[in-house]
Amino acid sequence: MNFDFTKKQLAIKKMIKEFADKEVKPYAAEADQKEIFPAEQIKKLAKLGVMGMSVPRKYGGAELDNVSQTIIMEEISRACNATAVTMGAHASLTCHPIVNFGTEEQKQRFLPKLASGEYLGAFALTEPAAGSDAVNVQTTAVRDGDEYIINGSKIFITNGGKADLVCVVTTTDKAAKHKGLAIFIIEPKKTKGFSLGKKEDKLGLRGSNTQELVFQDMKVPKENLIGGVEGEGFKQAMSVFNSGRIGIGVQGVGIAQAAFEECLKYVNEREQFDRKLHKFQALQFMLADMAMKIDAARLLCFRAADVKDKGRKYVKEAAMAKLYGSDVAMEVTRQAIQIHGGYGYMKDYPLERFYRDAKITEIYEGTSEIQKLVIAAELLGRGF
Amino acid sequence: MRVKLTTAYSGPSLDLGLGVTISSGEELEAPDTTEVDNALAQGFLEEIEEEKKAKKGEITEGDEVWIFAEQRNGKIARVVFELLSKGRELADKLNVKLAAVLLCEKDCGSKELVAYGADKVYLVEDEKLKNYKTDFYTKIICDLIKNEKPQIVVYGATHIGRDLGPRIAQRIATGLTADCTGLDIDSDGLLLQTRPAFGGNIMAQIKCKTKPQMSTARPGVFKLASKDEKRKGEMIKANVVVDEKSSLTKVLDIIKAAKKKVNLEEAKIIVSGGRGLCDKENFRMIEELAKLLGAEVGASRAVVDAGWIPKDHQVGQTGKTVRPMLYLACGISGAIQHRAGMQNSEVIIAVNKDPNAMIFSIADYGIVADIKQFIPALISELKKQ
Amino acid sequence: MEIIVCIKQVPDTTDVKIDPKTGRLIREGIPVIINPDDKAAIEAALQLKANGKITVLTMGPPQAEEALREALAMGCDDAILLCDFKFAGSDTWATANAIAAGIKKIGKYDLILCGRQAIDGDTAQVGPQLAESLNLPQITYVQKVEINGGKVKAERELEDGYEIIETGMPALLTIVKEMNEARYPTLQGIDKAYEAEVKTWKAADIGADENKIGLKASPTMVKKVFSPSAKGQGLILQGSIKEMAHDLVERLKEREIIQKF
Repeated sequence: MNFDFTKKQLAIKKMIKEFADKEVKPYAAEADQKEIFPAEQIKKLAKLGVMGMSVPRKYGGAELDNVSQTIIMEEISRACNATAVTMGAHASLTCHPIVNFGTEEQKQRFLPKLASGEYLGAFALTEPAAGSDAVNVQTTAVRDGDEYIINGSKIFITNGGKADLVCVVTTTDKAAKHKGLAIFIIEPKKTKGFSLGKKEDKLGLRGSNTQELVFQDMKVPKENLIGGVEGEGFKQAMSVFNSGRIGIGVQGVGIAQAAFEECLKYVNEREQFDRKLHKFQALQFMLADMAMKIDAARLLCFRAADVKDKGRKYVKEAAMAKLYGSDVAMEVTRQAIQIHGGYGYMKDYPLERFYRDAKITEIYEGTSEIQKLVIAAELLGRGF
Repeated sequence: MRVKLTTAYSGPSLDLGLGVTISSGEELEAPDTTEVDNALAQGFLEEIEEEKKAKKGEITEGDEVWIFAEQRNGKIARVVFELLSKGRELADKLNVKLAAVLLCEKDCGSKELVAYGADKVYLVEDEKLKNYKTDFYTKIICDLIKNEKPQIVVYGATHIGRDLGPRIAQRIATGLTADCTGLDIDSDGLLLQTRPAFGGNIMAQIKCKTKPQMSTARPGVFKLASKDEKRKGEMIKANVVVDEKSSLTKVLDIIKAAKKKVNLEEAKIIVSGGRGLCDKENFRMIEELAKLLGAEVGASRAVVDAGWIPKDHQVGQTGKTVRPMLYLACGISGAIQHRAGMQNSEVIIAVNKDPNAMIFSIADYGIVADIKQFIPALISELKKQ
Repeated sequence: MEIIVCIKQVPDTTDVKIDPKTGRLIREGIPVIINPDDKAAIEAALQLKANGKITVLTMGPPQAEEALREALAMGCDDAILLCDFKFAGSDTWATANAIAAGIKKIGKYDLILCGRQAIDGDTAQVGPQLAESLNLPQITYVQKVEINGGKVKAERELEDGYEIIETGMPALLTIVKEMNEARYPTLQGIDKAYEAEVKTWKAADIGADENKIGLKASPTMVKKVFSPSAKGQGLILQGSIKEMAHDLVERLKEREIIQKF
């Protein structure tokens, strides 16, 4: 048993923490208030190699282990969640299916561009009728010679309006249900029949882009079908989500940590009844609970990443990490506002933003309820 | 205090704290630590009695205290006079002479150096010494030190002093303590140097085991003595030949900088205004006072929110954290969010009409008055000076 | 061009406390960083190096290796750690002697860059002392530098402006952090840094004279460290508004906070 990071992981943590504090955190409040997309931050992250962190070295990536990727996600989330989710949708969701299931030709064509940050990626699954019910995809792909013709639409797509490359989940055979799904790689700027729909106005993550994608007789060469075989889409998408859950869990940890740090600062500064707040036992208890829960959630996330690094099955571990990480994010940000009292409710302080940003972690990439189903299914041995 | 191990201590060596260990048979200068106190009390350590210094009233030749008389463009730096004031005190404690060392194109102030307390001025004139140059200055002063053997040499901790001091210290292999804020003579007749480290969060007392004992000392710390035009001093012209060809560096140009833009974090003085000023018009008084003091203008959150002044002037938790030499809080109540941004200022003056205002709890000087009346009074008082 | 950059690993804060019992600094649990001015020196070297080579050097405990690896991750080519208990407790004079011995062992160089001063000791002395030990021209407080035709041209910061100084090479420069924005190490750089070798040299390896290094050879000694006294109870001035204004100005003059107009 070893709870320590390696020296190299510590070096990555130090670098990304400093970067997050200086280059990301100072812009988070304004990005939230004015809905500014973190394009600058993403460009800088790309220069550091972070956008290619999950991509193998031979395609220009940094090929980081999952623990290191989790470290990076926590630190960026602590600084700004809009930046974190933009980065996560690219490095985790979009790169993952190409790295793990793409043909050699697809890897060579797309991974270097994704790894360098030249391309920003998005992953499109959700539809009005297919959220948690991922199987019920209505977007169709029909083979026509050397091409597929895609029709349908996707909603709530992170980076949707900004992406240079989108992995789109379609069905080539509705009757086959989950065995009929197929994922295509689309380059929106080069593809006819692709258009953008509504840009969402969200509770949190307001600097990030979430948009509807519309496909009308969109022609895609058959070489863009991930893995080159139809019917693999469901398996591929589930793999994306399993892996992505660790990232969302640790995003929750990052938000909670940010809120907790604000509280520590505040109780050491503010006085009430002629005493510093930290002298009040009620607040000490709150802080102790917060610290313990954040640490527990963090350990679940890094355990899942470690199990994944060791090449073992990590479905349950990832689901637990995501479920608890998002729980803790909600609970800690709520408590943090309480500790700050009226100040916590005001936009001069970042607490209300943390609270709004935290909520989505209970919803996207599988709601908390879905995570419980996944965990139960693993426990009861039925698979999912 | 010099100490050695006694026979009562059986171990091979003893830890004296601050990284110092002493082994048997060794004699050394003990640090001022609890370890040393304990060892003395337990009889493990003993003090070595040293012969006492010269008696009071007897001025000994040599063993002088020297002040480097930095000049730029023929003007002697203010810190030199501060150091002469302090140096006078040190020389009197040691019963030795105080000397200033002036390198310049043409004598630009030996009389003034004497008026501020120097008994002697070592004057080196050469057109090549008009501007400071590391190699020339180092060579000349090293030669003077080797000839005259002063016991203490102090430089201003300026961009020149901190370039020159270390170079000299290394060449003549003696100790140099940087950026001192306190200088005194201890009971052994040695120079006791106090300096801040870790950005002022820690103070250290340092002694030098070799001669001359050298320090650079921070400008603006020592009190300026009053000038005595009638003082008489000795002038010693030192002849030194410096050859431009032997110099490895060339000063191509010296450029005076234009005034920098608003920079609260680096300001020496900040005048800050709060809600006590009542309206935007009255806030102009703050700006007038700041201009008079050469200060930057700060503000509390309330007046920034009210639009009296832009946000980059805001001091406090959601504004800037400042640490000036002087912070003048005018009509600011001192909510914790504001105090968090300025409580580390060196000197804080608070003016507020509410005697219970929180700001008074951290103020060095408090004035209970209506700010709208006090500022005009302060401005006219300053203009009188 | 061959550049040597001298760096120091320092606590990532100036907010340190003293253990009242031992009189020692409490360093436990405080993260360490490359001294900010030294990081600017690394960045300056990276910008100047062209087709040359940068060797980064530090003296310190074994854990100072992490600072060297960070410098490697930023793009430096070679790293040397001077590490020996015989160096322990060196003041600036003894430190300069040890580093000078290390640099003599490296042998070839065109430029040595140091940071202006470290945030722990704040002395700004090791750079010039090293230059003297190696008999090199020095330019301190450098805020801008360029190299042309084998000559170094640097802007040396002054209290009220700057001077432009030219010198030949080799030379030693001390860099102020305002000169540049130091780059972050990249993930690829970190990879490379942890595959590279950091050479560790002991006093004997560099032929350092034992009478010129370490605590006992140091001409200065720390007698005591203490926390500066906390602010005392403030003084509430008395009298009429005019009297208080007069009193205040007199007190500020006395403390030399404001000077004569």
